[in-house]
Amino acid sequence: MREINVSNVTDVVEKLCIDANTHLPEDVKCAIKNCRACEDGEIAKGVLDNIIENFEIADNENVPICQDTGMACVFLEIGQDVHFVGGDLTDAINEGVRRGYDKGYLRKSVVKDPVRRGNTGDNTPAMIYTEIVPGENVKITVGPKGFGSENMSAIRMFKPSHGIEGIKDFIIETVETAGPNPCPPMVVGVGIGGTFDKAALLAKKALMRPIDSENPDPYYADLEKEMLEKINELGIGPQGFGGRTTAIGLNIETLPTHIAGMPCAININCHVTRHKSEVI
Amino acid sequence: MEKHITLPLTEELAKTLHAGDTVYLTGTIYTSRDAGHKRMCEALAKGEPLPMDPTDATIYYVGPTPAKPGQVIGSAGPTTSGRMDAYAPTMMSVGARGMIGKGARLPEVIEAMKKYNGVYFGAIGGAGALLAKCIKKCELIAYEDLGAEALRKLYVEDMPLVVIIDSEGKNLYEDGRAAYLAQRNK
Repeated sequence: MREINVSNVTDVVEKLCIDANTHLPEDVKCAIKNCRACEDGEIAKGVLDNIIENFEIADNENVPICQDTGMACVFLEIGQDVHFVGGDLTDAINEGVRRGYDKGYLRKSVVKDPVRRGNTGDNTPAMIYTEIVPGENVKITVGPKGFGSENMSAIRMFKPSHGIEGIKDFIIETVETAGPNPCPPMVVGVGIGGTFDKAALLAKKALMRPIDSENPDPYYADLEKEMLEKINELGIGPQGFGGRTTAIGLNIETLPTHIAGMPCAININCHVTRHKSEVI
Repeated sequence: MEKHITLPLTEELAKTLHAGDTVYLTGTIYTSRDAGHKRMCEALAKGEPLPMDPTDATIYYVGPTPAKPGQVIGSAGPTTSGRMDAYAPTMMSVGARGMIGKGARLPEVIEAMKKYNGVYFGAIGGAGALLAKCIKKCELIAYEDLGAEALRKLYVEDMPLVVIIDSEGKNLYEDGRAAYLAQRNK
């Protein structure tokens, strides 16, 4: 049994909130640069140049890449031999978000009630996802999630008879409907299987995986490649102004599911797909 | 076509702008998004004046990050304009002409743009650090309690924009995509 003081969690969450919002992951930067090299339209090239210049400014001046510094999605993979001491874990995570969003000059974008609204003023509460894993470490990932893209996400409960074609059509339909709204070029997270809620979680987790990685199952790795190509034939292009680069990455995550169902969730993200991790 | 323009966005100036034009905009603009628009439209419904003069005004749909010490404003890229569709025709009816944002607009907004010679400019979504560089002055003028959504008066210099929808209703989201697909399929 390893004891971890929750104040360590607060410190790490604070740091990851600032880091994730300021420095775009290398896999995303690389994908944007590769897509810039393949574009031929003048407007599309100009947009991608500006996007590259933007993340370079954020890197060099330590300022937020995007003004929508998101809801703080905090994933914890907790080793089963860990015992948290020194306070409430949820409070500790929220304190990390509170400090990170204050010290990092990040935007406070959370309202306390979905219908009656009212900004909480400190970007809390975080969206917290915990998972128990073997071992005595804690891996914390912070993925600030903007809502221009979140709003274009979708979930559908397919019949098994719809098969893979149903899922393919749904991915294309969702990207097509999103069009220029989620700040393309986008990153597409697809979750297939599990239950209604688990499919959505898989889709969000898919966005946390580097976009230069592939699903370990060759069937889904091929599907990732095929769907990314199909999306980039739509012509929506950077910012929706027309062009080749509609998406820079597509990740699929799956789970077993019920004999009667085939849930599929699609979580859309923008070109500012942010995630930073640290192990305690 | 590349154009350098200076605000205010008069009817005459608006008519010279066409979907697909790259525009470098200089002058005074106002920031407002969801909650600010709701308040302004509620004020208008009650016959109360707005906290800014809407005549020929341009509104930037943005909620910036807080300014760091030494900065005029924090990162300041556009938010999704569609959420302001419920308010945009009302704003245009009292004189506001320019809108800066990103994403699709409803047909009723485009109809109002044709009626009032409105122009919808696109700023690059997600390029908040870059766009902040064009903002030379920032003054909070109303609704301070809304935080990032407060009403601010900005002075911008050579802000890089693209005309998405012009006063004739031409739409780059449709035409740009169609042009790309036509050229690719040649």
